[in-house]
Amino acid sequence: MRDAFIARLTLLAERDPRIMLITGDLGFGVLTRFAAERPRQFLNAGVAEANMTGLATGLALDGRIVFTYSIANFPTLRCLEQVRNDAAYHDADVKIVSIGGGFSYGALGMSHHATEDLAILRAIPSITVLSPGCLWEVEGATEAIVRTPGVCYLRLDKSSAGRTNADGETYQLGRMRVVRDGNDVSLLATGGILGATLRAAERLALEGISARVVSVHTIRPFDADTLLRACRETGGIVTVEEHVVDGGLGGLVAETCLEAGVVPHGFHRIGLRAGFSSIVGSQEYLRTRYGLDEAAIAAAGRAVTQGRVVTASTPGRVGL
Amino acid sequence: MTGTSRADGPAGSRALAKRIRIHALRMTSSGGSAHVGAVLSMADIVAVLYGGLLRVNPAEPGWPERDRFILSKGHAGAGIYAAVAERGFMPVAKLKTHYQDGSDLSGHVSHKGIPGVELSTGSLGHGLSVGAGMAFGARLDGRRHRVFVLLSDGECDEGSNWEAILFAAHHRLDNLVAIVDYNKIQSLAPVKDTIELEPFRAKWEAFGWGVAELDGHDHAALWQTLSALPLQPGRPSVVIAHTTKGKGVSFMENTVLWHYRTAKGEEFDRALAELEAS
Repeated sequence: MRDAFIARLTLLAERDPRIMLITGDLGFGVLTRFAAERPRQFLNAGVAEANMTGLATGLALDGRIVFTYSIANFPTLRCLEQVRNDAAYHDADVKIVSIGGGFSYGALGMSHHATEDLAILRAIPSITVLSPGCLWEVEGATEAIVRTPGVCYLRLDKSSAGRTNADGETYQLGRMRVVRDGNDVSLLATGGILGATLRAAERLALEGISARVVSVHTIRPFDADTLLRACRETGGIVTVEEHVVDGGLGGLVAETCLEAGVVPHGFHRIGLRAGFSSIVGSQEYLRTRYGLDEAAIAAAGRAVTQGRVVTASTPGRVGL
Repeated sequence: MTGTSRADGPAGSRALAKRIRIHALRMTSSGGSAHVGAVLSMADIVAVLYGGLLRVNPAEPGWPERDRFILSKGHAGAGIYAAVAERGFMPVAKLKTHYQDGSDLSGHVSHKGIPGVELSTGSLGHGLSVGAGMAFGARLDGRRHRVFVLLSDGECDEGSNWEAILFAAHHRLDNLVAIVDYNKIQSLAPVKDTIELEPFRAKWEAFGWGVAELDGHDHAALWQTLSALPLQPGRPSVVIAHTTKGKGVSFMENTVLWHYRTAKGEEFDRALAELEAS
């Protein structure tokens, strides 16, 4: 996802001199070409995310479209008040990009586990929150946020579902994508875990369960129509996110359904329910460890279609 | 039309400072808000800026070539509302709504709906980074306007300022001017008993800034220094303005109490009488 983002941003920056990329001293080897080709549009702010976000606001208020770039929680939580007060309150064209959503940097430990960012960023008024699941969505999102006024947050992941677009498909910010059709259950995924979700749907298909897979690449604005259609047309909803269940995609789906008066036939949230992970490991390992992998997603889908209540959460693990 | 600075000079800015102080006393008293001491402390600096030195245009608040002014010590917002009203950006009568139900004149300065205010602040340690971004962008574009950021002394406890201070010096942003309202008193106690800033000048110099120190109530000194910027070519400038918290009201001067206290009743009458007689 990172490489797809940078490649697309480089193209966009060639065409639009207002675009600027500021890194918080991260992106070794990745940003080299951008920096060399577009020196007036590139800035390394050093290891100083609060200042980076303030700088981005100042530059944006005078007409630039400024991308701030770092990994994990550094461009978001570290400088959250700058994001809120400076960038968001002023409707500044600041586009925050974090590489390493969820357990992308799983082996680096708790500091690098970005597992609360979606909930926190979506709580701040006016921020557009994007969490693409495939490389095509990354490219579409990168283009879309240049055109979208105000603060946008783009959460990128080490994993991805490859390219899930149909021929001739157009990316639409704020519109969920049905990437696999089905009627027995809907699996709604956000982020690179869309790949594992598609594999879970394959597994269910072998059992004769037809799972609809929906990519929720935009968390805000949230596409209630596609969600409510999935509630009405399929046997239940499973949300899948590499993120705490509190306030993330699962919470958003529950809020939206209840307010609309549409209750899905079954409902389960796949996500983190435990405390911090002091255990490290690859993204794949940690997904399995915490019940976020293909097998766990398939199990939740199966249970929902059978009308079983999925019992969640022994500490550290989503219990099924 | 282009914006212009006004050559009112020290006599004009002294009169403006007096009006800002009186407005701020009335605003904080009627709304029951705090921080009058912090406004009185910076009133002369603000008056010199809005009274002439800032190149701004009330008829065109978004004029691209305008000088930018950021009040980073946002709790003194009443003083900026008074200054932009006096400068003609909004009706002076609107000041009466400050801190009232339904008003957009918040206790900490907000830009929304208030022409002439560049940045909303209130959480300390934000303004200098945004100002540095504005200065960096202006230089990239070859534009000649300046960016002024007014900080409090207590605010210099915030680490984000020092990130911005490093950045501005590294990038030689000589179109950026920080002014520190150094009244030596912060929220609960004197600065020296809270987090000592001294040797303050040496810190800024060591970080690569051009430094001037002056009496922040001396209009002639403020005009002279702020008319000859940058202090050193190729370096950002900081003016350490030694001030008196609560300046202009004898019983408010140099007291911690008047950081938060609101003047009511007889205290208000005495304060107003002193300011009007000044």
